[in-house]
Amino acid sequence: MISESVVDLSRLQFAMTALYHFLFVPLTIGMAFLLAIMESVYVMTGKQVYKDMTQFWGKLFGINFALGVTTGLTMEFQFGTNWAYYSHYVGDIFGAPLAIEGLMAFFLESTFIGLFFFGWDRLSRKQHLAVTWLVALGSNLSALWILIANGWMQNPVGAEFNFVTMRMELTSFSDLLFNPVAQVKFVHTVAAGYVTGAVFILAISSWYLLKGRDIAFARRSFAIAAAFGMASILSVIVLGDESGYEIGDVQKTKLAAIEAEWETEPAPAAFTLFGLPNQAEQRTDYAVKIPYVMGIIATRSVDKQVTGIKDLVIEHQARIRNGMQAYALLGQLRGGDLSEQTLGAFNQVKKDLGYGLLLKKYTDTVVDASDAQIEAAALDSIPGVASIFWTFRLMVLSGVLMLGLFICAFWASIRRNETRKPWLLKWALFSLPLPWVATQTGWYVAEHGRQPWSIGEVLPTHLSASSLSTGDVWGSLLALAAFYTVLLVIEMYLMIKFTRQGPSSLHTGRYHFERGAVLPHGPLQGAI
Amino acid sequence: MFDYENLKLIWWVLVGVLLIGFALTDGFDLGAGVLMPFVGRNDNERRVVINTIAPHWDGNQVWLITAGGALFAAWPLVYAAAFSGLYWALLLVLFALFVRPVGFDYRSKLANTRWRQSWDWGLFVGGVVPALVFGVAFGNLLLGLPFRFDDTLRSSYHGSFWQLLSPFGVLAGVVSLSLLSLHGGTWLMMRTEGAIAGRARQAAVAMAVLFVLAFGGAGAWLASGHVQGLVISSNLDPQLALNPLAKTVVSGNPGWMGNYVRHPLTAIAPVLGMLGGVLALLAAAGRRASLAFAGSSLAIVGTLCTAGFALFPFVMPSSLDPASSLTVWDAVSSHKTLLIMLVAAGIFVPLILCYTLWCYRRMWGRVTTAQIEQNAHSLY
Repeated sequence: MISESVVDLSRLQFAMTALYHFLFVPLTIGMAFLLAIMESVYVMTGKQVYKDMTQFWGKLFGINFALGVTTGLTMEFQFGTNWAYYSHYVGDIFGAPLAIEGLMAFFLESTFIGLFFFGWDRLSRKQHLAVTWLVALGSNLSALWILIANGWMQNPVGAEFNFVTMRMELTSFSDLLFNPVAQVKFVHTVAAGYVTGAVFILAISSWYLLKGRDIAFARRSFAIAAAFGMASILSVIVLGDESGYEIGDVQKTKLAAIEAEWETEPAPAAFTLFGLPNQAEQRTDYAVKIPYVMGIIATRSVDKQVTGIKDLVIEHQARIRNGMQAYALLGQLRGGDLSEQTLGAFNQVKKDLGYGLLLKKYTDTVVDASDAQIEAAALDSIPGVASIFWTFRLMVLSGVLMLGLFICAFWASIRRNETRKPWLLKWALFSLPLPWVATQTGWYVAEHGRQPWSIGEVLPTHLSASSLSTGDVWGSLLALAAFYTVLLVIEMYLMIKFTRQGPSSLHTGRYHFERGAVLPHGPLQGAI
Repeated sequence: MFDYENLKLIWWVLVGVLLIGFALTDGFDLGAGVLMPFVGRNDNERRVVINTIAPHWDGNQVWLITAGGALFAAWPLVYAAAFSGLYWALLLVLFALFVRPVGFDYRSKLANTRWRQSWDWGLFVGGVVPALVFGVAFGNLLLGLPFRFDDTLRSSYHGSFWQLLSPFGVLAGVVSLSLLSLHGGTWLMMRTEGAIAGRARQAAVAMAVLFVLAFGGAGAWLASGHVQGLVISSNLDPQLALNPLAKTVVSGNPGWMGNYVRHPLTAIAPVLGMLGGVLALLAAAGRRASLAFAGSSLAIVGTLCTAGFALFPFVMPSSLDPASSLTVWDAVSSHKTLLIMLVAAGIFVPLILCYTLWCYRRMWGRVTTAQIEQNAHSLY
């Protein structure tokens, strides 16, 4: 039996490395697309300023991309190092999208990114433009495949347990591919990446406008970011991840946790705007509710119910008891009893084998679990409600604030009066952290909300870890935290330095710091 | 044709192809990193070295990442048992590799000398450590790793990082370090000129000598029979989904020489490895850069095949509990997954080779200090 502390430390390490990685990924996904748009305008119009935009924002993109690659290395190998039993148990299904991600997406993105940076003089304009689009395509495809993998962790379709090899095996690749949870997640996540890229460029362009520097450059960047951001934030919200929360039991549990819905309410359920979820007493103190809203958001209907936590716990108790039977029958099968009767009985209950495995935390033999242990395991099947409740609201709040920002920015850029609205430029500048708040809390909701499972209803997290010692995992956790933090500080330093220099860092002689005098908002700058 | 047994064999070949692809491409990146402090005497010269690989290192590194993903998909038990068992060795490699993406991109962004020298060290370590540790890991595969499975196929590892550094493990590390440094040297001969290319040539000659000696030494060590190989002693049906613990394995097959004795044709792998090394040595000495690069490439293919052929059908032998050893027959994914992955590889690997070659052709040519000076703000 692996110790609790190894599992907890491994989870902490995975959470930390994944969240660090996702500081850089959404900006890569969003900016790759924005760079491709800017360069397309350059190729179509032939205006030098759009090439300068592609190259300057490309420089910032490169600084970000390097750390995305560095932190991504860990992710590819960490399932093996720290989640070895998981890797064995579901590698047959989970490994495939990861390998295809490498073949289809990483190669494309990484091979062409070298030409994006160094191929300006070696390629024709159109060839270079094609290269930039291929980088954007590669980064989007990588998001597709990793979210197919992640969607399968939330809603494991198209797979079956094989008692000979003691693992899950693929039964339908198309089910894996067209898993509705994966599709919803993909759209939501890449659109969030587009928003991140748009806010980044909008905020920095606004800062140049506030400073009165490189006006023509900044206004064009602002306009592209505002339009692209407007379309993206609408996609994020309208095609929100919530539409995937009615699919599958794990997602149902997550939804109940997000809403802190302890009792099943008659449809359509009320939305709890604020409150203090109290897990021990199974109630939400000081709840402020808006009638009907949640039922409509979550089920897209007025007559479907959202199952409450207390009812889910009761359902899960019954499934745990089924899981105990499945575990007992598995023992018989592995003992050599391959009679049709045993096989038939096992096949009937094997979908609940995962629930039986929840008992491993209390008794290694599973089949002798007491009623108290079954009740405890059923309570374990609900993740910590309060943190999910709050991070979800933080994510939504960030999204709504960005929606407001993009509406105003888009409107101003259509009216061409953004330079006369310093309040808007300041709002844009101070919104810079918002996409990161939203994406980090969003992943917290998605992955903490999946607990206690690593693979929903199939494999509990506490069985998934490698047989390592506490010291091993402490060592790697601290080393990774220290190393990543040093790299992040260096990255931020360079990012700020090059942002301050602005397009002057291209050394073309056309921009602010290269012209000796600091010019105010003048016609000269507008004429570039 | 694509029955389960054949697919198992095909995936053994494909994992080999990915590893060879990694060693051939990222190999000269790592090697160039190892040689950079010796070949580049000042900042501009070191920038020349870096800019020969600047447009390609990221694509090259994807061979490693994809090999990791393919191992996960095709041999999940190997992915699980090897990476959790070799925990600190793998982390050491990862930490060394962490420095490279940031090192390449950030180094030239500030003119400060200490900044650039720090990254030079980082890139050197980022080349040496992976090149060395990969060899040590392969050496230890031949020795067998101290791991076992329980009856639920949970793996546990009963050794430490330091135990990997046995004399044979270190010798295998020297093989890979000298081989990839040689490959980096022949690459730099092709892509630089003047004094830099001259120093790269000297380094290539030295590394070729070291490689030939170390590779020959490791072969002699194995042939002497001091390393014990394994043999599957029970009947297994390769067409079936197998649990690794269902077979029995015994010691025997001294020095893993069994396959070479039974199928003498396989001896072509070590012969090619040796010939490649000698070819690289002679061509480098004779200033024939492309021929030397062909030699180091041949040496890489030969060396990796030598290890693969010797171990077959084993891919991860256990020194602790021979029955837990993983083989091409029982470490694999289901028939369906192998087939789907084969289709994916069949479509994308040729495509990848095409566009990778196109990118190399576009960026081909010798990198000079004059170019660095002219493009000081846009090059690495």
